Amino acid sequence: MNLITGNDLKTGAVTWWTGSGWSSAIEDAVDAGDDAEAIAATEEAARRVNVPYVVEAEHGPDSVPRPSHIKERVRALGPTVRPDLTLKPEDPSAIEKVI
Amino acid sequence: MYAYDQYDQAMVDARVAEFRDQCERRLAGKLSEDQFKPLRLMNGLYLQLHAYMLRVAIPYGTLNARQMRMLATIAEKYDRGYGHFTTRQNIQYNWIKLEDAADILADLATVEMHAIQTSGNCIRNISSDHFAGAAADEVADPRPYAELLRQWSSFHPEFSYLPRKFKFCVIASETDRTAMRLHDIGIRIVERDGELGAQFYVGGGMGRTPMIAPLVRDFVPLDQLVTYAEACLRVYNRYGRRDNKYKARIKILVHELGAEEYTRQVEEEFAHLLEQGIEPPLAELERIRGFFELPEPLRGKPDAAAGKNDDRQLDPRLRGGDGDGGELGTWVQHNTHSHQHPDYVSAIVSLKPVGGIPGDATADQMRVLADLAERYSFDELRVMHTQNVVLPHVAKADLPAVWQALSEAGMGTPNADLMGDIIACPGLDYCSLANARSIPIAQRISERFAANGKEATLGELKLKISGCINACGHHHAGHIGILGVDRKGTENYQLLLGGSEAEDTSLAKITGPGFDEHGIVDAVETAADVYLREREDGERFLDTYRRIGMAPFKEALYA
Repeated sequence: MNLITGNDLKTGAVTWWTGSGWSSAIEDAVDAGDDAEAIAATEEAARRVNVPYVVEAEHGPDSVPRPSHIKERVRALGPTVRPDLTLKPEDPSAIEKVI
Repeated sequence: MYAYDQYDQAMVDARVAEFRDQCERRLAGKLSEDQFKPLRLMNGLYLQLHAYMLRVAIPYGTLNARQMRMLATIAEKYDRGYGHFTTRQNIQYNWIKLEDAADILADLATVEMHAIQTSGNCIRNISSDHFAGAAADEVADPRPYAELLRQWSSFHPEFSYLPRKFKFCVIASETDRTAMRLHDIGIRIVERDGELGAQFYVGGGMGRTPMIAPLVRDFVPLDQLVTYAEACLRVYNRYGRRDNKYKARIKILVHELGAEEYTRQVEEEFAHLLEQGIEPPLAELERIRGFFELPEPLRGKPDAAAGKNDDRQLDPRLRGGDGDGGELGTWVQHNTHSHQHPDYVSAIVSLKPVGGIPGDATADQMRVLADLAERYSFDELRVMHTQNVVLPHVAKADLPAVWQALSEAGMGTPNADLMGDIIACPGLDYCSLANARSIPIAQRISERFAANGKEATLGELKLKISGCINACGHHHAGHIGILGVDRKGTENYQLLLGGSEAEDTSLAKITGPGFDEHGIVDAVETAADVYLREREDGERFLDTYRRIGMAPFKEALYA
């Protein structure tokens, strides 16, 4: 599956294309399929998100998309060395899932 | 330390106003990212994995308590309560919002700080010896020359769009504590027949093509220092490659031309520039030098009658020869360095607790450092390229109190130059360029050697980890180096041995096939064990490696 990701213009926070807008939770990301590159280009032109781009992913546990590359999995969660600063500070297994 | 004059302050304030306008236009959608990116980079603002990252300049690593407190305030007010000290003696904040960026720069400007030229293809923050102005072995304080070059290079119109970034380093001792010859230009202040001058080493660097800078000029009179630097830059700016960013650093130019031909061209340009009279007046250098004088109580001979520094009143653990000095004694042994004044030392504050993140400091820790600097170190602090901090002027009699305060704040680990004193770049946990994580590897190695008790036995051993080929973690220059690479989407780590960033500069060599994140920790221990088995009296890891070569290590690693 093809996800679209970028960084929020104001905060720089990681953001994912939901089909109609952007979310910081990868759980909300949708498969943009063959339209992914076109959507990314449109969003970049609209200057809503910083440098949106397409990443490959697969269906992970609980149907949550799992990016194929570790870099995108780190982006989706947060720094693996600071669990308190990730998006899931209450889930000690979250970092293991990234790796 | 140097204090801004009206021109410095006006320049920094004007830049803040300019960048505020640029940020507002970006946020309003009037600038695209392609248009905005070079503008934000000129102000040290990157876009990293999780947020914007701001790199703040700490010229030659020197700052005072007021500035350190501002760094703490920024960490709390705009970031997530901490900062990361870097191998360029700067500090980075990892969670910056674009809408706060101009306010942060405005706050920094109130304490004579900025983020100008901490990124982009320009002359970056000039690094220097973290013991400058205190070290017993220096011929002069190198910082006035670094400051002169900072002023010359700030907003220099000819050198604002170089082929690639450009890094200077200035030292003034035979012992190199800065990786001087791994800079684009490394300058060593030397003394010849009673006169000070500058050796110029040009064309060093790490990154994907590591090179050790050759000596280009053995003695440049100090009243021609800026002129010679300008000649070096002019030849580079004219002929450095702009068609391929991977071949654009000056090291490639010097290598391809050959040091002899590059030098010939520099000398030709130098002769031309001497006729132009571009050198600042010596009076300006003298004015700058005045900011860097030793604190008044440290000048001249120590006063034994003053009592405070009378050896008879020292804590017994510090006198030496009294047997076990306990934890304090261990810290003094590893984390202090000799000072020009016999009753003082420079104290190294470790930002490498066992299992910690190298170079990270919380806002509270920064405030402790500021307090200690004011109380015990004449209001001075230094950032080391090894991602630690120095209190440069500490009376020996005050060491117990300083160590106690540092220990209570988690900064009293006695591991300077030992296995646990690891340089590690932010790696894939933060950096958009990284291929692999660096910090967890550093943490696991630190924990392993704390648990197995080998750290003290190993002695001096410099371990450096980079998460990509750009080598921000100086892996080429580690006695043991680790390079993280991407192998089909998974992290893999190459092991390197035999590097040095000291005066005996050498580049480390790869041992062979890489290891996974667990295997690399075992591999480091295996290499350490080979050293312990093979070493002769007085040999450091590096000495043993140089004597016995790679073969015994490879044999153990890939058995």
